[in-house]
Order: sequence, then C-alpha cells, then structure tokens
Amino acid sequence: MENFAPLLQYLISGLTNGAIYALIALGFGIIYNATTIINFAQGEMVMLGALCAISIYHVAPSLPLAFAGAVVLVTCVGLVFERLALRPVKDPTPIALIIITVGGAVLIKGVAMLIWGKEAYALPPFSGNDPIHLGPATILPQNLWVLGITAISVLALEAFFRLTLVGKAMRACAYNTRAARLVGIAAGRMVQLSFGLSAALGAGAGILIAPLTLGVYDMGTMLGLKGFSAAIIGGLGSLAGGVLGGLVLGVAEALATGFISSGYRDAVAFLLLLLVLFLRPQGLVGGRK
Amino acid sequence: MELHGVSLAFGGLQAVEQVSFGVAPGTVKAVIGPNGAGKTTLFNLVTGFLAPQAGRILFGGVAIQGRPAHRIARQGIARTFQLVQLFDHMTVLENVMVGRHRLSSSGLIAGALQLPWTRTEEKVIRQKALEALEFVGLADRAGQPAAVLPLGLKRMLEIARALASAPTLLLLDEPASGLDAVETERLQDLILELRRQGITILLVEHDMGLTMEVADEIAVLNYGKLIADGPPRAIQKNPEVIAAYLGTDWQG
Amino acid sequence: MTRLWFLNRWVLFAVVAGGIAAFMDQDYYYTLLNFIGIHTLLVVGLNLLLGYAGQISLGHAAFFGLGAYTSGILTATVGVDPWLALVAGLAVSGTAAFLIGLPALKLRGYYLAMATLGFGIIVYIILNEASDLTGGPSGLSGIPSLSLAGFAFNTPRRLYLLIWILLGLILYISANLVNSRTGRAIRALHDGEAAAESLGVDTFRLKLKIFVWSALYASLAGSLFAHTLNFIAPSSFGFMFSIKLVTMVVLGGMASIWGSLLGAGALTVLPELLTVFHDFEMVIFGAILMAVMIFLPRGLVRGILDLYENRRYKRQGGSFPV
Repeated sequence: MENFAPLLQYLISGLTNGAIYALIALGFGIIYNATTIINFAQGEMVMLGALCAISIYHVAPSLPLAFAGAVVLVTCVGLVFERLALRPVKDPTPIALIIITVGGAVLIKGVAMLIWGKEAYALPPFSGNDPIHLGPATILPQNLWVLGITAISVLALEAFFRLTLVGKAMRACAYNTRAARLVGIAAGRMVQLSFGLSAALGAGAGILIAPLTLGVYDMGTMLGLKGFSAAIIGGLGSLAGGVLGGLVLGVAEALATGFISSGYRDAVAFLLLLLVLFLRPQGLVGGRK
Repeated sequence: MELHGVSLAFGGLQAVEQVSFGVAPGTVKAVIGPNGAGKTTLFNLVTGFLAPQAGRILFGGVAIQGRPAHRIARQGIARTFQLVQLFDHMTVLENVMVGRHRLSSSGLIAGALQLPWTRTEEKVIRQKALEALEFVGLADRAGQPAAVLPLGLKRMLEIARALASAPTLLLLDEPASGLDAVETERLQDLILELRRQGITILLVEHDMGLTMEVADEIAVLNYGKLIADGPPRAIQKNPEVIAAYLGTDWQG
Repeated sequence: MTRLWFLNRWVLFAVVAGGIAAFMDQDYYYTLLNFIGIHTLLVVGLNLLLGYAGQISLGHAAFFGLGAYTSGILTATVGVDPWLALVAGLAVSGTAAFLIGLPALKLRGYYLAMATLGFGIIVYIILNEASDLTGGPSGLSGIPSLSLAGFAFNTPRRLYLLIWILLGLILYISANLVNSRTGRAIRALHDGEAAAESLGVDTFRLKLKIFVWSALYASLAGSLFAHTLNFIAPSSFGFMFSIKLVTMVVLGGMASIWGSLLGAGALTVLPELLTVFHDFEMVIFGAILMAVMIFLPRGLVRGILDLYENRRYKRQGGSFPV
C-alpha cells in the first residue's frame, strides 16, 4: 500500500479545510434559518477575523487575547452590517438581498485592502509547529486545533439551539416568524443575534486557519463561497448538513489536489456544488422542501 | 368541467379528499366553505398549480390533472388569485396584453427584429386588450402602472387580464374580498354579464350575498370534503351545511 | 402620436455617436468609448436577464470569456476567419448557457446565484489551467483584427465605428424585444411567476430562452473585446468582473435599456477619470451596489424620476392622463 500515506495526508488536510468550511457553513445556516437571507458577506467575516487577530497579536502578543479580541470586533462588524445594510431594505426580494450582501462583501474587502494592503500576514500556530506522526502521515498541532475547536463549536451550537431558551426562540423564528412573534419572541432581536453569532463563527474560522494559510485581504471570497457551497451540499439550514457538507467538500478538494492537479482544486469544489444543486438541491441530509 | 374523486394531502393533512362535482357549461358554480376547507387548494388543482394524488379532472372531456399550469391555461382556463397578483412594474394595458399570450405566437427573435407579421399581431393584441379594459371600465387607466391602482380596480384589472385570454372557464378566487358595496355590485353585474356571454365560471367567495345572487349551483367543502352540492336554495336549507357554518353569519 | 423626429432617442443616439466620430481626434477617447460600447453590450444582455426577467447571474463574465477565447483561439491558433470564429463563439456560449440553464433555472434566488457563480469560477479556472489551449494566466496574443471587405478594424477609430454601430443595433433589438409579446411575458414572470403561468406563459422555457439570449450578448461582446485588444488573459473574466457587470446594471437601472448605457458608461469612465480610483475600486463598487440597491432599487436615474412621479401620482389623487 504505497498510496496509503499520501492518501492519509490528503485526508488530514482535507478534513482540516473541511472543518473550516463547516464553521463558515454554519454561519450561513444560522442567518438563513433566522431570516432566509444568504449573507454573501459571510466570507469577509472570516478574513476580518484572521487579519484582526494578526493585528492584535502584533500589538499584544497573546494568542487568547488576539482570538477573543478579533471575535468581538468581527461580531460587532456583523451586527453593524445587519443594522446598516439589511434592515433599511424596503423591498427585500432575494435578488435585492443577494446584490446588497455581495456589495457588502466587496466593500468590506476593499476597506480591508486599504487597511492591511495586499500583503499576506502570518499568525503563529496556537501550539508550536512540531509535526505529530500518525502512522505514515504527519499532522500539525494546528490541524488538531482546527478540528477540535470546530467540534466543540458544533456541539456548543447544538446545545444552544436545543437547550437554551434563546436558542429555542431562534429556531421557532426560523419555523414561523409570525407565530413566534405571537408568543412574544422579538424577531428583530433574533435576526441581530443570528448575524452576531455567524460573524463570530466566521471570525473563529479565520483565526483558526490563519496559521496554516496566512491572512490576506482577499482570502474571504473563496472561503465564503466554499462555506456556502458546503451549506448547500449538506442542506441549507441544517446544522449536521453544514458540517457534513464542509467535510465532504474539504476531502473532495484535497483528493482532487492530490490526484488531479492543484490548479483544479477550486473547480472540483464548484463542480461538486453544481452536481448537488442539479441532482439534489435540498442537500445531502435535507428533507423535502 | 368535472372533478372525479380528487384528493390531495399535504403531509398528514388531507386538504382535499375525494371531491367530485361538475360545472355545466355556461353556468356559474360557487365553492363555499369555512376557512381552510380546501377551496383555494381545489382551485390550484384545477389550474395545474398543484397535482392531485388521486382522482381525475376533466375539461371538455379531456383529463387535465397534473399538467403544468401554463398548458392548462392554454386550453382556455383562466383564473384570478385570492391575493391579487398583477405585474406591478407593467402598465395596466400591458398587464392585459400578457393575457393574450396564449392567443398569439411571436417568439423572441421575431419580437426583437419586429418582423412585419409581428407588428400586425401586436396591433391585434393591443386592440383586444383595450376591449377587455373597456369591458371592466378601466380603459382610462390604460397607461398607468398597475401598482398604483386601488385594490378594487386591481381586482377588475386581474379579471380583465384573465378575460383577454378568452377563457371558456374562468376561476375567480374571492373576487369580492376587499371590495366595498358599490364595487361588489359592479362585480356582480360583471359576473352575470360574463355568464350571458357563455363563459363558465367557478367562484370561491365568502360574500354570501354575492354568491346567492350569481351562482346557479353551489358546492360546499368542509375539511376538504364535499358535504353538499346543489342549487342555492337547497344548500341554504341543508342541515349539514348549517352545522358546518354554525356560529358564523352567512345568511347574507 | 406626434413626436418631433429629433427627440427620438435613436436619432439622438446616432447624432451623438456620429458627432463624436466626426470631431474627436484623440485615440485615447476612442479606446475608452470602445470599452464603454463593449461593456454596454454585456450590461444590456445581463439587464434583460436580471432586470427584466428577474433571474440573477453572478457568472456572466464566463460567457464573455467563452466568446473571447473561442474567437481568440480559433483565429490566433487555428487561423479561422474572425467572423466565423465570432459565430462559433456564439454557438459555444449559447450551448454552455443552455446546458447550465437547463438545471440551474429550475432553481430560484440563492441557488441560481450560486449555480451561475460556480459556473463562472469553473470557467475562469479552466481558462487559467488549460494553458495548452488558452495560454494560461499569461494570456493569448496574436489575435487578428476584424475586417470587412478589406477594411480592417485595427485602429481605435475604426473599431469605434464597428462597435457602436453594432451597439446601436443591439440596443434597438433589445428595446423591441422588451416591448414585444415575449418581452412582456419576460417582465410578467419577474413580477408574478404564478400569474404568468396562469396566462399560458411557460415560465421555465422563457427563462431558459432569455438566459441563452443574454449569454449571446456577452459572447458577442467577448469576441469584439478579443479583436479589439488583440490579446486576452483570464484576469478579464473573473468573479470580480461579473460583480462589476451587476453593479453597472444596478447603477444604470434594472429593467432599463438606456440605463445600461449609463451604468456601463459611468463605471467605465470613472476609473479612468480618477487615478486614485484604482485603490478604492472595490470600496466604490461595493458602496454603489449597496447604496443604490437600498435607497434607489430602480437605479440612479429612474430612482430620482420615481421620487418625482410618486409626488405627481399623489397630487393627482392616484391617477394621471394617459
């Protein structure tokens, strides 16, 4: 089994990227569930998370501080974005919302380019760079961080939506906004909360991946699109679907990189998206709509 | 038009169950029933927006159930919607001109190049559309955007648009809702005039006064089932119907 | 209808365009006008789809690219006659649009946006990666100019003639289209798909038709682009260019043929006028998209006209003379 070692290596890097896509997909899903909006600016939250963390770390070299600070900052950006760009829309047709959030994404990216320039910045890995040997393959501590924090986030989200009152209220809003309002759930608050929460998730994803890929102003577009693809592949609005979609996408990409060519990596990702859209638009785990 | 054992369930909810009735050509048939009785679902089944899970819908002797909506429309079945659905960004006249779609044929390229026969057809479309507007009394509003009309006129415009397609069967989904007394009376005259012209009409309506005036026959639905079918007088005295409507003021 | 002939917009278009041709003497301005013309072609096509039919495409640059590369490869590498290559480009783009549209147009809103976007990115990647065919990221050069009966369109001024005459024709055809039976059906499906279906409009088929039609405009623009620059590279056909096209549509006005000229013109000239624009390009495009869509969803000119019209309707108690 000569091919086993590289295969395992691809699998590891695929799962790591997949976990990042999953986090981003969850961000899409949370907003979609609360509002039926797809926020095309979600990827820029990932970029902002990475770059903010890098800047904070530059000033005060403490990773926990950088992590927390960046998440808080980006959460604020998410809230402001909802307040300024989406709430004033008078006729919220899907087309209008797509155009507005795409515009928002381009605007945020442009501002980030003005602030950070076009260079790529590094963030040190959370706990060293010594590879851990895993049979014939190696895994970096940062890969484990990514997988671990993603797993914890998913479990925490699941608990939040199932066990807490606020989480249940958000789900109620997703099922039926009017009924939710009738029983006294403030739908507007839930929308805000969803934007804040998904911005935080996005930022987290960005900080996690920064040590592996560097942080640069235009990293968000592709990550955002992949995250959205993951959400669709899994089934839009489903927590488990988002995670599954992310991992499937990440692994498919890694295998494509390994066995076809790295240039076609993104093409494979979007081909997978098109296939799912055309053959099973409700996603892998989605039920009938 | 005839329905034979038409059924449709959404998940566990039986929206329409084993409904059978007929509409004689040139008559007005009303479908009444409490909210949620399945009236609009029935309309959507007849017009092809939903496909029945069982049963047959015959139009002119041909089974049409399950065909796509536009194909059913092309057979001469036109409808209005409970919540008025106009083309808001188009003018009143253009709205009605779309009604002529099934009776005209210029395609995309012919229209783009304005071929001579396209222009001739366009004149006919415009003429017929204006006639339909004239008929409902909206001719003086032809150039306005449809969105600026008050609700009563919007309902009239929707009827004019349906009429422009020269239907043999016209389905009106609560045409009087939101209309005032004067407008309702005009609607009543309009329906009777359409019947005189030989158009078969299927009507869902909550306004019992209007229904009793215009309907030749009434079908009553309750929880998706047909509980009565007959001339208005018989329906009014039917104990099952009275029970279904118990506590609601429907004597009109 | 009594209309003064010189108020006819087509006469106006011809007079202004002709006047420019007669009196301008700097190649630079012709080059700029040529790009405005090519962009307008693209934007009119996208506007038919996005503004009139209400179907979004976030991958329109792909059809532009397919047109350009079909023309480029067939003429520079294979040596086919440029006009024939242009027709081949139309065939390639039209077929691609048909194959993508067939499944994608069954989807709505976000899904359609994502499908077109994914398609756009895939085409972009192929242009970059299939370097044997496309020349890869460094581009494809040596594309000959178009010529007609021995008259080569090889200077900005000559190209101006070709591009703007074609543009005039396309604008004319497009204006006819939106006011034809099919055009009304297209606008109808935007405002109310169910109502359009209820009147016998096969909405899916119509969406597919207008999607392909719109791709043909983009392909034509792409072929002209290739023969204008004599060189093409994938960077002209990326995701950001698709977004720029949407911005031009939105700024000029959804469902407005002449607005397309305005939107394309403004966003082509602006970066040239402001040299600082380059750094702020994304900020400005993003801000325009959001601001116009939030505050003037019918575009700049029409948005301002609407404010006036609304006052007029109110003043006249909801009616005005035909």
